[in-house]
Amino acid sequence: MSETDAQTTLFVRDTMLPPQPAPDKVSGPLLWLRENMFSGPLNILLTLLGLSIVWLVVSTIGPWLMHSVWNANGMAECRQIIAERYGPDASGACFALIRERWNQFVFGFYPPALYWRPVMAFTLLFFALAPILFMDSRKARWTVLALASVLGFLCAQLLGADGQTLIVITVAIVLWILVIEYGRSKALLLSLAYPFIGMWLLWGGSLWVEIMILAGFALAFLAFRLTQPMLGLIALAVAAAVIGVWWYFLADPAANALEQVIPLGLGKVPSSQFGGFVLSITIGVAGIAMSLPLGILLALARRSDLPIIKMLAVIFIEFIRGVPLIALLFVASLLLNYFLPPKVEFDIILRVVIMVTLFASAYMAEVIRGGLAALPRGQYEAADALGLDYWKAQRLIVLPQALKISIPGIVSTFIGMFKDTTLVTFVGLYDPLKAMSDTVRATFAWKGAYWEPYIFVGSIFFILCFGMSRYSMYLERRLKRENR
Amino acid sequence: MKKSVFFGTVTAAALMASGAMAAEGDTLKEVKARGVLNCGVNTGLVGFAAPDANGNWSGFDVAFCKAVAAAVLGDQTKVKFVPTTGQTRFTALSSGEVDLLARNSTWTFQRDTDLKLDFIGVNYYDGQGFMVRKDLGVSSAKELEGATICIQTGTTTELNLADYFKANNMTYQPVNIDSNAEGEQQYMAGACDAYTTDASGLAATRAAFADPENHIILPEIISKEPLGPAVRHGDNNWGDINRWVLYALIAAEEYGVTSANIEELAKSSQNPEVQRLLGTTDNLGGMIGLDADWAKRAIAANGNYGEIFAATIGEQTPIGLARGLNAQWTQGGLMYAMPFR
Repeated sequence: MSETDAQTTLFVRDTMLPPQPAPDKVSGPLLWLRENMFSGPLNILLTLLGLSIVWLVVSTIGPWLMHSVWNANGMAECRQIIAERYGPDASGACFALIRERWNQFVFGFYPPALYWRPVMAFTLLFFALAPILFMDSRKARWTVLALASVLGFLCAQLLGADGQTLIVITVAIVLWILVIEYGRSKALLLSLAYPFIGMWLLWGGSLWVEIMILAGFALAFLAFRLTQPMLGLIALAVAAAVIGVWWYFLADPAANALEQVIPLGLGKVPSSQFGGFVLSITIGVAGIAMSLPLGILLALARRSDLPIIKMLAVIFIEFIRGVPLIALLFVASLLLNYFLPPKVEFDIILRVVIMVTLFASAYMAEVIRGGLAALPRGQYEAADALGLDYWKAQRLIVLPQALKISIPGIVSTFIGMFKDTTLVTFVGLYDPLKAMSDTVRATFAWKGAYWEPYIFVGSIFFILCFGMSRYSMYLERRLKRENR
Repeated sequence: MKKSVFFGTVTAAALMASGAMAAEGDTLKEVKARGVLNCGVNTGLVGFAAPDANGNWSGFDVAFCKAVAAAVLGDQTKVKFVPTTGQTRFTALSSGEVDLLARNSTWTFQRDTDLKLDFIGVNYYDGQGFMVRKDLGVSSAKELEGATICIQTGTTTELNLADYFKANNMTYQPVNIDSNAEGEQQYMAGACDAYTTDASGLAATRAAFADPENHIILPEIISKEPLGPAVRHGDNNWGDINRWVLYALIAAEEYGVTSANIEELAKSSQNPEVQRLLGTTDNLGGMIGLDADWAKRAIAANGNYGEIFAATIGEQTPIGLARGLNAQWTQGGLMYAMPFR
């Protein structure tokens, strides 16, 4: 039977056919397009509308960007080059303006020979932040530190720091990295001291002034510890008195005397020479660093059971949130001058930083209060049940959780505040966006350039803000403990 | 700054009384003690005040600041230029942040009296004009009935425009802009038929266009804008110094004293007016608390009024402003220095 079968079977398949790709209609890009772009009449319409808008934008801006000129001495020359290359009717961007004036957009009127100082202040900022922001990831920390030190060193060198300075920079960088890797608690102290180091690098003068200011804190702490057993809370007043007397009467002569013995001076740079991104980042970083602790205190005060503290916090927060930032800046720059004697030069950047900080801290307080409110009541009760006092409960149980919940809000406030630093243009400071652009345009050669400075400054702002936003997402992922 | 920070915060209240007195004090003494003249200038206006890539300021108003510094401090580089915006300029002056405001500000009744400024003279006679595209076929501002006009908000130009159209029984559509750069952009993009601002600004704007020949500045000047440096009320000696520095620059042009021949004229000039101006005879400087060479230094710094004009905004520069009203009175202009006697 089988024999006959074998003879009648003319063809037996001995290999399988290779699988055919699925038809275009059920897979691949066409399917994706059909499912996502053209799945119904409304979506087809919207897709076409979207495409035409994209086309409109690209066809307008595209050629303009493609025809950009990077090498010219003025708008007239730019136009001439574009006309020669792309025909008389072509329009093009004149980024030669950025090429010639980038230093003013970045450094303002900072003395060119000292450009390395803001660069180093910015580099060391990452050193100060690394032990705080990248606590538990050695890989991330090392990447940030390595990138910061290499880029900072290269920039300092390219911007003309001399050999001796470069050696000092290298030693400082290496020492600081060693401290971060092998002495965690000391690294945090260094981070706390960073604002003074940054201030010294940016404004110059004698480092002893900063050291003496820090010494004031140390003395006050010492006075508090010594008198507290006897006086209790009055020790706080003693500490305040000590710090006041020290700063007002003794800090300055002491700094001068020490400067005579061991000079630690850098050339002074007045605030009027600050501008561009150095100004924006200085104000932004100072505001961010101070508004977070202040905001936490305000949020706690607003939820406090002590009626006076609560009322003060509410009044402060609601007042600041009810007033536009520009009004506060005007107060800082103009009104304060009427109250201060002419001899006292209360630095304009400091005034602005204070106002920006107060402004941001009010918003920060509300963001953090949201986090505090979102925390289940059981957490507070658990802290009480453990017998922790108020500050310990806040520090160990409540705030770590509340701050984690508020991270997106906190970072949005930071980003918003950083962008708000451009408003300082209204008090005569050179923010990179408007004041610096207008100033560059005030030179006849660059009059008529409109979009180029905005595009340049906007892209840098985007990079910085996007970086902050990505970091907040990274932090959220790392801290997502309950879902592990 | 660190020192001032703490001193400022701590002592603000305590020193307020003494502070109020110091504000009325002797500006000349203060400037000399400080060694630097704080001069309020525009944050950037083509030809009048602008920093270059290295941050060095130059321009018509800047040259006046330098002349004052040369007269008072003996060195034209000892000026700290404080950029001021339209909103901050007068407060910066009255709060003592600047000693002198040379920021193309129009001399008006209200500013001179109510705002407590002292305008020390006029260094540029400006006026508001209109610029239109040539193909619009308009040759007079009277033909702008119903036109859309780009106008900077919050300036006197806005009020002048309203007055002019009301007086001529015409209507217009304002397109509000915030800055000169934005105005140019809107005008070029065709958002408005006409662009109006000070005539000096219009000339600079037009000169910077890719196609200046396609735009015309209409002949009508619809307002008086005498621009001048200003000082605070209450310190007359300081006001006198600034006023006579300005007159010295103007008089120097009238008598043919230039930065090139000033040394020679100081020695050999027989003209008694020039001798008094340059301090060869009569110590005029002593009467205002300066030395005899004050005017000589002011003129030597950047030249006389005509030289400054020619170097910063004159017809040889790309901005190309004609002297017009700003010519010497002997040439049919309004520049008239009071006698040095």
